[in-house]
Amino acid sequence: MTDVINSLGILLFATLAYGTPLIYAALGSCFSEISGVVNIGIEGMMTAGAFTGTVTAYFTGNPWIGFLCGGLAGMLFGALHALATVRLGADQTIAGTAINMLGPGLVIMIARVLFNSTDTIPLTPEQRMPRLLTGVFDTTTTFGRFMDNVFSTYASTYLVFVAVIIVWFVFYKTRFGLRMRACGEHPAACETLGINVLRTRFLCVCMSGFLAGLGGACVTMAISNQFRPISIVGQGFIAIAAVIFGKFRPHGALIGCLLFGFCSGLKTVLGGSSGIDTQLISMIPYVVTVLVLILFVGKSRVPSASGKPFIKAR
Amino acid sequence: MKKILALTLSLCLILGLAACGGKTEPTTTAAPETTKAQDQTTAAPETTKAPETTAAPAAKIKVGMVTDVGGVNDQSFNQTSWEGLQALAAEDSSFEVKYLESKTDADYQTNINTFIDDGYDLIICVGYMLADATKEAAEANPNQKFAIIDDSTCAELPNVACLMFAQEQASYLVGLVAGSVTKSKTVGYVQGMVSDTMNLFGIGYITGVLEVCPDAQVLQYNANNFGDIPGGNTAAKDMITKGADVIYHAAGGTGMGVINACDEAGIWAIGVDTDQSPLAPEHVITSAMKRVDVASQDISKAVKDGKFTAGVHLYDLSNGGVDLAPTRTHIPAEVLQLVEEKKAAIIAGQFKVPTTVDECPAFTLK
Repeated sequence: MTDVINSLGILLFATLAYGTPLIYAALGSCFSEISGVVNIGIEGMMTAGAFTGTVTAYFTGNPWIGFLCGGLAGMLFGALHALATVRLGADQTIAGTAINMLGPGLVIMIARVLFNSTDTIPLTPEQRMPRLLTGVFDTTTTFGRFMDNVFSTYASTYLVFVAVIIVWFVFYKTRFGLRMRACGEHPAACETLGINVLRTRFLCVCMSGFLAGLGGACVTMAISNQFRPISIVGQGFIAIAAVIFGKFRPHGALIGCLLFGFCSGLKTVLGGSSGIDTQLISMIPYVVTVLVLILFVGKSRVPSASGKPFIKAR
Repeated sequence: MKKILALTLSLCLILGLAACGGKTEPTTTAAPETTKAQDQTTAAPETTKAPETTAAPAAKIKVGMVTDVGGVNDQSFNQTSWEGLQALAAEDSSFEVKYLESKTDADYQTNINTFIDDGYDLIICVGYMLADATKEAAEANPNQKFAIIDDSTCAELPNVACLMFAQEQASYLVGLVAGSVTKSKTVGYVQGMVSDTMNLFGIGYITGVLEVCPDAQVLQYNANNFGDIPGGNTAAKDMITKGADVIYHAAGGTGMGVINACDEAGIWAIGVDTDQSPLAPEHVITSAMKRVDVASQDISKAVKDGKFTAGVHLYDLSNGGVDLAPTRTHIPAEVLQLVEEKKAAIIAGQFKVPTTVDECPAFTLK
């Protein structure tokens, strides 16, 4: 029984450890996609956020300033993507790819200048994302250990669930949300009704970069304490997959990210003790994702105007 | 409109490419590049063109390094080796160093040939993945000197130096430390991949732990990934939940997650390859170091002094090729003394750390 509770605690811990950065990034992706702009540059924006967050936290000593600046760095790249795709009507996939190349290249170059290395200097515990509820639970008991593993976690993890609710509210309960969804479906109709499509999309892509930047900062400021070129490897693309999985809805994407995190945790928990081949176990998250996509999710409906640049009639 | 679009796109791409190039450029240090250009353009009257090296031999020793697909920023042997060469070139101006990155397996041969064509004195191939390409090039160019890291299959060739590291010895020493400081008699071990080379880390570590604490339990985990930070985090958390109070990792980037989890839980972590104490100064008790930089420097110096020898060059405790990390403030004095005794025994040949899974039944990863 103790083993089962322990393993369950680790599973939930892993779900959150893997899931938190993905959820931020997926929320970002939702913002962009739903307003009709394909953003595959999430990965590059996460890298920018991861690096800037760590560096700012290191120099200011304040994790929250670092976290915010991580978001702002992502936003800067988001603005670049928006400039290319929304203002200038560039191909969204190619611009996103350029962001993915520019982000890691630029931060490694800056890291070389600042630290004469591709890594940043490790953050001290005070510079790291604070943890909530540490030491509240009695870890000598099985139940206390379980609670500690699950709930004694980073502030950024708690914050992401708040972010999901806020994004959901903005999407479905505000006038702005309605307008941005309309821009993703039928921008020409919006324009005739007096909605500024370009401005709405621009804002959404910037917001997308901001959230992706926060996601990147989570990786380097919470579950590790240093930026390395390998810090962001593919999380951005998994987040995009989660958004498609969740049918472009923030709560759907949340479930997608948590499912991926849960399966990754399963990999760790099974890999340690059981006699199953690790190569097989490593496949679990991907196999489950494919299976769920085939069996349960059904057709994901892409916003109609997604990927099409909107050129205002003159 | 179209023009602006095209302009932005190309600008984006150029910026992107420039930035990607930036990854490698700043390190190649403009100086050797330009001197190389000078050498080439003024090949004939080179004696007049080298006023700064009046006393030194006129020709520079050119050392080329070919990375494996990990690239030069891999946080592992490619990077360490390159840093070693850079340091060498900085302190001794008679060396000229350069690296070529391999993006795919197909680049190994091309990169090696580029160095051969440019007349390099020594070509260092980093990693066993380059073994076949090195062998082929070495057979075709018997007068070209090569060195290969972590591979001994080219040992019989007369022009290849195989730089091997006794990973199990350093791992054994950190195992002694882990076995001595554990209070719960439960220690953890996270490995990045199961292979004969990687297993040496685990075999050495477990042998060390069990030697000082025979009834210790060693929790083992194969991450099957060198870049999975949350995975390392989770594995360590799992071990901590099961009572581990020291965890050693040989798992590259995955290990960052391991060290972070140990730091937060307030237990000991043991690093690998480099001195990882800065990652968590309060909780990294030691690291198992592997001096790829020293090996690269040694072989380059040997070429300069005309003392290059082919065959296997083993870097182990006896020549400082592997060792405990220099940061030792957390290790109790009596444990350090034990480590030094065992180290002396290994150097003297009185004890040999096992290297195969058969000799270490407690190692269970597969």
